[in-house]
Amino acid sequence: MLHIEDLHVKVGDKEVLHDINLHIDEGETHVLLGPNGSGKTTLLMTIMGFANYTITEGKIIFKGEDVTGMKANERAKRGIGMLFQRPPTISGLKLGKMLTAISRSKQENIPELAKSVHMDKFLERDINKGFSGGEIKRSEVLQLMIQNPEFVMLDEPESGVDLENISLIGTAIGSLLEKDKHLIKRKKSGLVITHTGFILDYLDADKGHVMCEGEIKCHGNPREILKDIKQRGYKECLECRHQ
Amino acid sequence: MSRMPSPVKVPELSKTDQDRVAQAGIDLAMKNRCGSYLQMDQDIIQAECSQQGIEVLSFKKAMEKYDGLKEYSWQAVSPEKDDITKYVAAQKDPKGYVIIAHRGSNNILPIQACLYLGREQIQHVHNIIVAEEGAELHIISGCTSGAHVGKGGAHYGISEFFVKKNAKISFTMIHNWSENIEVYPRSASIVEENGVFLSNYVCMQPVKKIQMYPTATLRGANSVARFSSVVISTPGSFMDLGSRAILEGKGASAELITRAITKGGTIISRGHINGKTAGTRGHLECKGLILKDGVIYAIPEIEGSVVGTELSHEAAVGKLARDEIEYLMSRGLDEDEATATIIRGFLDVKIAGLPEALQRQIDSSIDVAEKAGF
Repeated sequence: MLHIEDLHVKVGDKEVLHDINLHIDEGETHVLLGPNGSGKTTLLMTIMGFANYTITEGKIIFKGEDVTGMKANERAKRGIGMLFQRPPTISGLKLGKMLTAISRSKQENIPELAKSVHMDKFLERDINKGFSGGEIKRSEVLQLMIQNPEFVMLDEPESGVDLENISLIGTAIGSLLEKDKHLIKRKKSGLVITHTGFILDYLDADKGHVMCEGEIKCHGNPREILKDIKQRGYKECLECRHQ
Repeated sequence: MSRMPSPVKVPELSKTDQDRVAQAGIDLAMKNRCGSYLQMDQDIIQAECSQQGIEVLSFKKAMEKYDGLKEYSWQAVSPEKDDITKYVAAQKDPKGYVIIAHRGSNNILPIQACLYLGREQIQHVHNIIVAEEGAELHIISGCTSGAHVGKGGAHYGISEFFVKKNAKISFTMIHNWSENIEVYPRSASIVEENGVFLSNYVCMQPVKKIQMYPTATLRGANSVARFSSVVISTPGSFMDLGSRAILEGKGASAELITRAITKGGTIISRGHINGKTAGTRGHLECKGLILKDGVIYAIPEIEGSVVGTELSHEAAVGKLARDEIEYLMSRGLDEDEATATIIRGFLDVKIAGLPEALQRQIDSSIDVAEKAGF
């Protein structure tokens, strides 16, 4: 579904991502691990198509189409969606209005979907204004439920969320990625950034990658990688070359 | 309740101009209005109200009926204030309306006041609006001009508001002038104990020049004033706008909120809150967006002279945030849709205590601007 080839990305004058290669098949969920500042969010923002992230080399292929030069909205229309770790606050824009704008002519039952993630009382609130960590993530998940992307990127969906909400958010994300469907029928793919790994209880991830200093250093079983990092930290990853 | 006011027979108004009147919030079919005052140039077409306890009269008729309106006329605004007030005060044939909500009355459906300028001239009005003790009065004032007023015209409007004990007035003014009209409102209100005065101003359309600085004097204990302004200035428009609250009564409070957008025009956004008594509170807020090179000049002033008054202000002028636009684009909105959605949110000022019909009218004025691409 997503194929990234020899990707180099600059933010301002500085190259932040170097020679990234990543392949995610239909129905697969991958996990991206790595220390703070290693470039994980940059990769997600680049895949989403944010203008500040300049691709200097390489390409992004989505469902067989080269989307490298496309704007974020064009990528969104093709089925790429993202849960932001720290989305902006937009004064005056009500969450309900935002959801209506996202849904376009689709006959989504917004109040019912909002209720399912306990956001029904937030529809008349300015988006993200005064929201707690958990409320921000629930708002993000709700937007994605309406957007219904085929490829879902999640930037630390559990950060700032209490245990009770992790279960709610995890279940909703699992459903977005069709984890409730049989493996063969699963069409949706995902790429998840996590530090704690709590979210993996709900996602059943297929592959893990470790990013350090703007490079993907290794790949493998996500739970094994996470266990290793928890025991040894990222020190050995930093010394390691691609395996 | 007496008979319902009939739809207005408007003389010689083209479809375009009828639409312009409607855009100023005036419902000529009178579907959601309980009373109406309509003045075209200097001709009074209608002055009536069906709501028991509320009178809508022409200024002249009210002067005859109420012995020269000595208690009210030129009591909130000084006739010597400036050239505009002097001009209106000197008129031998005064125009304008007087609306009196007698003790305890209230209107759920608003009264509309339409001031229409169709010829090259100076249109002058002197309006007096009174809510007697315990009364609640809601007014929508639509000011507009014909699509082709030759070389231009001017509107001089004096408005004096009197909010008595435990009374409330909401006054929602929608301006829909054109590039060659100059507008000089001169307004003041006096608010007594527990009185509430809400003043809302919307101007989304071009105007050559507008200058106004309405003042609310909160004389009574726990009296409240809220001014909310939502304006867009297009190239060639010069808008010098302000609002002032003088907090005299113990526990009086005021809130002055402005959302200003320039697309090439000039907006001077003034504000002044003067806390003269302990226990008073005031907040002034002006947010400006510069979409195209123009001027937004915010001049917020807060002045406190006693221990125990609490005043604050917040002013910001800036541009649309790129991260906000891209956030919406990542949800599938194209750049223009994302921009319009954010601007719509920026202009969205919900006014506490305003009847739904009037809030809808404000929203629909902004909708028209949104549909035209802001």
